[in-house]
Order: sequence, then C-alpha cells, then structure tokens
Amino acid sequence: MDPILFLIFAAVAVVCGITVVVQTHPITSALALIGVMGSLAVLYLLLGAQFIAAAQMIVYAGAIMVLFIFVIMLLNAGRERKTRGSFLARLMGPPLLVLLLGAITFVILAVVPRDAMVKFGTYTGGTVENLGRAIFTTYLWPFEITSILVLIAIVGAVALAYKELD
Amino acid sequence: MPNAVPLSWYLALSAVLFTLGVGGFLFRRNIITMFMSIELMLNAVNLTFVAFSYRLRQIDGQVFTFFVMVVAAAEAAVGLAIILIVFKNRATLQVDDLRTMKD
Amino acid sequence: MQHLWLIPALPLLGFLINGLAGRRLPKAVIHTVAVGTVALAFVWVLKTVIALQPLATPHVERYFDWIRVGDLRIGFDLAADRLTAVMLLVVTGVGLLIHIYSIGYMAHEGGYYRFFAYLNLFMFFMLTLVLAANFLLMFVGWEGVGLCSYLLIGFWFLKKSATNAANKAFIVNRIGDFGFTLALFLLYLNFKSLDFGTVFGGLAGWQTDTGMGTLTIIGLLLLVGATGKSAQIPLYVWLPDAMEGPTPVSALIHAATMVTAGVYMIARSAPLFLKAPIAMDWVAGIGLATAFFAATIGMVQTDIKRVFAYSTVSQLGYMFLGVGTGAFGAGIFHLVTHAFFKALLFLGAGSVIHALSGEQDMRRMGGLWKKTPVTFAVMLAATVAIAGIPPFSGFWSKDEILLSAWQRSPVLFWIGVLTAAMTSFYVFRAIFLVFFGTYRGEAHAHESPPVMTLPLVVLAVLSLGGGAFQVSKWLAPMFPEHAPPENPLLLAVSISAAFGGALVAWALYWWRPALPDMIAARLKWLYRAAFRKYWVDEIYGATVVRPLVGTSREVLWRGIDVEVIDGAVNGIGRRALGIGSLLRLAQSGYIRSYAAWVLLGAVSLLIALGVLGGVR
Repeated sequence: MDPILFLIFAAVAVVCGITVVVQTHPITSALALIGVMGSLAVLYLLLGAQFIAAAQMIVYAGAIMVLFIFVIMLLNAGRERKTRGSFLARLMGPPLLVLLLGAITFVILAVVPRDAMVKFGTYTGGTVENLGRAIFTTYLWPFEITSILVLIAIVGAVALAYKELD
Repeated sequence: MPNAVPLSWYLALSAVLFTLGVGGFLFRRNIITMFMSIELMLNAVNLTFVAFSYRLRQIDGQVFTFFVMVVAAAEAAVGLAIILIVFKNRATLQVDDLRTMKD
Repeated sequence: MQHLWLIPALPLLGFLINGLAGRRLPKAVIHTVAVGTVALAFVWVLKTVIALQPLATPHVERYFDWIRVGDLRIGFDLAADRLTAVMLLVVTGVGLLIHIYSIGYMAHEGGYYRFFAYLNLFMFFMLTLVLAANFLLMFVGWEGVGLCSYLLIGFWFLKKSATNAANKAFIVNRIGDFGFTLALFLLYLNFKSLDFGTVFGGLAGWQTDTGMGTLTIIGLLLLVGATGKSAQIPLYVWLPDAMEGPTPVSALIHAATMVTAGVYMIARSAPLFLKAPIAMDWVAGIGLATAFFAATIGMVQTDIKRVFAYSTVSQLGYMFLGVGTGAFGAGIFHLVTHAFFKALLFLGAGSVIHALSGEQDMRRMGGLWKKTPVTFAVMLAATVAIAGIPPFSGFWSKDEILLSAWQRSPVLFWIGVLTAAMTSFYVFRAIFLVFFGTYRGEAHAHESPPVMTLPLVVLAVLSLGGGAFQVSKWLAPMFPEHAPPENPLLLAVSISAAFGGALVAWALYWWRPALPDMIAARLKWLYRAAFRKYWVDEIYGATVVRPLVGTSREVLWRGIDVEVIDGAVNGIGRRALGIGSLLRLAQSGYIRSYAAWVLLGAVSLLIALGVLGGVR
C-alpha cells in the first residue's frame, strides 16, 4: 500500500513542480504549487508527521498561497514576457543544475544505507504533544525569537504596503 | 511487494523538487513566480527534514520543519509587500527590468 | 644637605614668572624679579661654598631617579666640589653684574620681559650644567644653553641677519653635540654608567692609552663637542656672527659663561684625558692654533664687537692650551680672569655703542675719553688685564698657561707668546681708535647711567685685582701634580711681548696714524685675507652647506619623498581603485545572475563538504 501511495503522490508533486517552473502564467504556477504542497502533505503523513502534514495544509497551502494568489490578482499579473536576461544565468544555469542534482543524489546514495525503509505506522512520535514538548523545552529560545520575527514581519508588511486613504 | 518505501526515494524526490525550484528561480522572469520557486525549494527541504526525523526516530526534524514554515510565512508576507511597492514604482513585474543597482 | 637645587631653581622661577606673566608686568617688576632671583642664587652659592669648607671631597646630592632602563640608572644628581664652586661663583657673580647692567642697556628696547626671561632661563641651564653630577644631566644643561643662545642671538627676530646668526649658532653647535653624544654612548658602553663618580672611579682599572685606544676616542669626541660649544677650530664660525645679539648677551653668554662650558667639561673629565695623552695633545694643539688664527683676524676688524668676539675665540684657545698641556687649574684660572675682563670689554663696548646711539664701527669713533670718562677708565683696566701686563689678573693666568706650554714643547710657548703680543696689540688698537684722537663720527656722545657703569666698575676692580684669587692653587688638589718651574727668562719674554704689542699699537694709532693704511697697502693680500676672515665662512658654505641643502632638496625631498613614498601611497590607492572597477563588472544588476553565482557557490560547497566528509 505504501509504495503505491508514495508513487502516486510523488508523481503528482513532480508534475506540479514542473508546471510551476515551466508555466508562463503566474496563476497557473500558484495553483500548481498548491498541488505540490498537497501531495507533500500526504507524504508527510506517510512519514508519520501528523501535525506537520496538517500544518502544511493549513498554513502553507491555506494561508501563504492564498496570499500569493491575492497579490497576483491585485497586480493583475499577466503572462510573462520573454526578455533578454542575464547571459550568465543562461550559460551557467543548466550545467549547474545538473551538477546540483547529481551531487545531492550522490551524497544520498553514499550516506543512506540501502535497507532503510519507511513504513507507515512505524514512527508514531510525530504527535502534537511531542512537538509541543520539544518546542517549549529544548527549542524555547528559537520559538520566542520566531514569534518576534513574525511580529516584525507583520509590522513591516503593513508599513511597506500601507496606502493612505485619501 | 513489501509494504515499505526506501528512504532514499523520499530524499531523491526532495532533491528533484529542490532542483526544480532552483531552476525556476534562475530561468523565470516574473518576480512572483521566482518567489514561488523559493517556496518550492523550502518545501523540498521540509521533506528532507521530516524524512530524517523518521529515520532517526527523533522529533527534532519536525521541529525544524515547523520553524521553516513560520519563517516562510513571515518572509512571504514581507516579500510580497516589497513586490507591491516595486510594482507601484516600476509598473513591471519583469525582474530583468529591475536593474538600477548596476548604475 | 645644602639644597644645591635651589641654585638653578631660583633663576628658573624668574624665567617662569617673567615668561608667563611678563607681558602684563611693569618694567620695574620684571627686572626686579630677574635680578633678584640671580642675586639670591649668588647668595646661596656663597653660603654653600662657605658651609662646605674646606671642600676637599665632592659633596653630592641625589634627588630622584630620572631614567631607569635596564642597568642604566641616571639620577637628577647635583654635586659640588672645588671646580664647581669656582664655576658657580663666576656664573652667578658675573651673571648678576650683567643682569644689573641690562636694566640700563635694554631700557628702551621692546620685548623687555622676553629678554630677562631668556636670560634667567640661560642661568638655569648653565647652573644645571655646572652642578650636574653625571654626563647626561650636564648634557641637558649643555643643550639648554645652546637653546638660550639661539633665542638671545635672535632676540631682534625681525632682523634677518640676527635670525641667520641664531640659526648658524644652533646648527654649528649641534655638530659639536653630535660628537658629545657619541662620547656619551661610548662612555656608557665601557663604564655602564654616566655618573662622574662611577666613571672616573672605574678609570682606575684602565691602562693609559698609547695609541688610539677607547679612552682616546672618547676624549677626541668630547673635544669635538667642546669645539662646538667653545668656538674652536673648526666650529668657531658662529661666535663672530653671534654679535648680532644685544651686547649683554655677548658679554654673558659668549664671553663669560656658555662658551667656557667646553673648557669646564674637559677639566671635569680630566681623569679620562690624563689617560689619553693623544687626545690631550689634540686639545692643546687645536687651542693654540685657534688662539693664533683668531688673533690675526681680530687685529684688522673694524667693528668693535667683532674684535672682541675674535678675541674671545682666541682666549678660549688659551684655555684649551692650558688644560691640554695638563695645567687644568691654570686653564680654569684663565677662565675666571677672562670672564672678568672680557665681560667688562663687551659691556664697555656696549656702553660706548649706547653712548653713540648705535654706532659700532671704530673708524667712526675717537676722542671719547672726555665724553665718557668712566667707560674709558674701566675699558683701560680691562685692556691692561687682557694684555697680560703685570700685576693685573690676566698676566697671572696667561703666564701659568705659557709656562705649562713650554714644559710640553718650546714651540707651543713661542707661538703662544706671539699670540699674546697680537692680543695686546689688538686691544690697545681698539682703545686708541675708540677713546683717543679726534672724534670722527656725528652722534652726540653721553655717558651711560649708573645702573650700567656701576657693574663695570666692579668688573674693573676684579680684572685688575683678580690675580689675588690664586684659583689654580686652590684647585691644585683636584688634579695631579703639575707645577712647571718658575723660569724668570720665560717670564721676561712674555712680559715684553705684552708691552711690545701695546707699543706697536701706540705707534700705529697714536704716534703715526697714517701708518696702518700704508702697511695694509703694502701687505695687501695678507690684509685682505685677515679682514675677510680667511673666507672660512665662504668655504664652509660652498663645501658643506650648499651640497647638503642641494642634496636635501633634490634627492631627499623631490626624489624620495615625493616620488617614492608619495608614489607608493598614492599607487596603492590607485591600485585599489583599479581592482575595484574590475570587480564592479560582476555587479550586473540582474538578480538572476546573482542567483547563478550563489548556485555556483552552493554547489561547490556541497561537493567540498561531501569530499571532506569522506564520501567516495
């Protein structure tokens, strides 16, 4: 059962990912990105990370991507124009991408043992309590800092985009 | 068929998604789409973290994912605000037109 | 504890008061402070000398550690022995008289407070020099008096010739100081101390030098320093020019005290010189050569102060001759008597100049004995003293030196006698030109006020009767046995030389006044050479000064400073700009190219970390 689920959703993720990158219209890219996130949420569940999977859908797909779509619609972004761009990116980009993928894969294959398996239900530690306990004890300091960071982001976003009502 | 998936497949998927994200960032000209590529990269990294959390049977990987999500949210908010302002001043979303830093 | 420090401290106090507040003080307060502090210092000297009788051993007072580096310890130490006592009495006594004289002489000059402040500062440094118990402190005083000399020669600083003379004095002095400094280094190297007691005590373990030993080298270097300060060949050239300063300055600094510092220093270092006979011979030789040389120039000068300036150089040569032949006491004795009559000659000349409202050329003087009788009387007293006519002071001191010279070598004696004759000639010449005959000038002559004439009278008494002081006998216990036999024949020769010179002067300037010009015409070249000081200044200028200045300007300034150093510094700046403009090309402004660079870096890092982590 697991492999089938994995393959289906992995395929969805990759296809959506390619769509995000290749598509020219921003709205389509955004929707494809939502698809990626959804499939990733399923994969998180398979890996036993219940809270993260839920959070992924609620926060990422439900809030962040909605924000993206709002902005795209606000700006009335249309199809992308082809412009003459950086010569360097076009020159070095593809080889570097290949190199990147190759390097990461190489490292994975070298480091991770062949018989490491993922079976749904084996790891039940991804509960809310466990996560909460970790956040409020070991990682209390980063937690507080990130909450301040969010506050800064709120204030910053409002300060930046605020428009005086005439 | 065994009821398990090799861990390396998860990691390989993460690598592919990450590379797609980088490619999108390098080759897209719309600034919003570039932003979305960044989100794609972040998601790929999250997948790696969760996978290793499973492997090591520790919660720390998921904690990290949690924080990544929070930071991504903050970043998205501020970044989009900046894009709004840039659009207001330049009336363009083409990143190649935004090169006044050169001079 | 005699509180020796008070002696230099009192004039220092005078300097501080007059220097800092003098601008607002009335003249009466200024000169009272200045003269008062010196008078108090003189009183304290008297008290100290009497209290320390019989002063058989040096009385040392150590106040505090000045320098303490490694094994070098230099303290602010003052010492008094018989030699110091003699010098102290001369410096404070004659200094006091000159301070009093200055009240009258500088009465109409601007910068009144500045003059007295500098004069007090000079007294401070000179007294430090004399009282010092180690070479370094003496050097501090040495340099300090050089500074005050510079300040006072250039007192009328708006006059270009005065500032030039001041510069010349200081620079030439510096050359001598360089020799002195090298001597200090060698002394420290060999004796690990600069304290007089330690150094001279340590000499006991040294053999007398036969060739160019270490002691001889030290002695010669000290001699270099002394020639600078005491205006001997080859560093005498600054003294005649120093006459640009006010006359009291010429009297105090360039006759009685500062220029004698070199003689004092050699006398103080007697234990060292006695073990370096070659250095002693050089001292005597240079002294005699300078005495003869300067006398020939003094015979034909027309500016009254110049005559006395060259006379000072010549008489200093006599002192060097004295100490160089081992007659240390005699050299110091001559220092004392010379202080009396030379100061008197200068102050008297100042009185004459003051009376004639600034005239200094003797060809425009004459017949002044009626107008300025007191000045005439005291000048005559000084003249007979310097000429060496018995029984006045100069005779006693000069005679001892000549006898000591005979002991070393008869040649020295004969040249010395010839110089004595020339000395007598030129001073009497000056007297005849200034005071006798008919007045050849235009000014209205008047006698000087008592504040100026009274010190002159005191000095005249000292010049005439100074022979009674028997300085060399009192100093004899300090130096090894050196009593040249009394030789009546030599005595007779030297007395006749003195009278002979006077006679010739009388003949040429009173009996047959036309003769000097005729003689000058016959010996035209000789006369020209002497009158032009043998062109020594011009020679120095061409061989030393101009090449040095030229090298400094072209090579050191234009070549090295501007091109090399500035070039290097500016070059670095330009290079940085250049590299910057190269690196700027990477900043294309395209976000995507930046991203590409980041990716490149990330991939490299990834691969590197992987390899380092042992991934194969």
